[in-house]
Amino acid sequence: METAASRHKDHAKPAKLGREVQARLGQQLRALYDDVVSQGVPDRFTELLNRLDGNGNKDKR
Amino acid sequence: MAMDESVRKAVLGAVPSLRAFAISLCGNVDRADDLVQETLLRALANIDSFQPGTNMSAWLFTILRNHFRSEYRKRRREVEDSEGHYAETLKTQPEQHGQVELREFRDALSHLPPDQREALILVGASGFSYEEAAHICGCAVGTIKSRVNRARTRLAEILSINSADEFGPDEQTRAVLAGGGE
Repeated sequence: METAASRHKDHAKPAKLGREVQARLGQQLRALYDDVVSQGVPDRFTELLNRLDGNGNKDKR
Repeated sequence: MAMDESVRKAVLGAVPSLRAFAISLCGNVDRADDLVQETLLRALANIDSFQPGTNMSAWLFTILRNHFRSEYRKRRREVEDSEGHYAETLKTQPEQHGQVELREFRDALSHLPPDQREALILVGASGFSYEEAAHICGCAVGTIKSRVNRARTRLAEILSINSADEFGPDEQTRAVLAGGGE
């Protein structure tokens, strides 16, 4: 699909952002995102699943 | 409701990433957690429509995103005074990651149109392919690609980055911090 010619063409296009800039933006984005991800699973969600799993049929709550 | 252990694991495993995505949509941790909770309830109520062997995480992201679009956007005005809460999520960030730099980045991100921000996060942070992101957002792959490109260009404009050198601490400084610290 992507031939050498088309790749060459892409390359020749005025690249607005250099690779380094893109890489830096990516790093920042992931740092922000991973800061939340690293907080793990808050108790409320484990408890929610336990509740749904455990008493689902027996008891409304 | 007897929950299959593999389903339970997959759902819980997706929670941290769902939260990160939800916060980027809502800009507010409390609302984001409510959104995640509603997503899990919906997902588990409809677990039969999940096709085993397909990507559970992408399925949950789709539900979350659709729910956000249908319910939360109505309350958008209210939702948008969000900065403080998002800032709180950054408190644990170690200094060498560039606290100030990250805050500026977060602010820049909040200035992107929602469609662009969403596409950029799905592809650039959540780790979905363009195809998966297109599926989650219910649009064409080309649309996702163009949104991601525009998002990056816009971010660079907002942050006035013309070269990587202008982007906070340079590699040498980072290397020193990383090597010397621990």
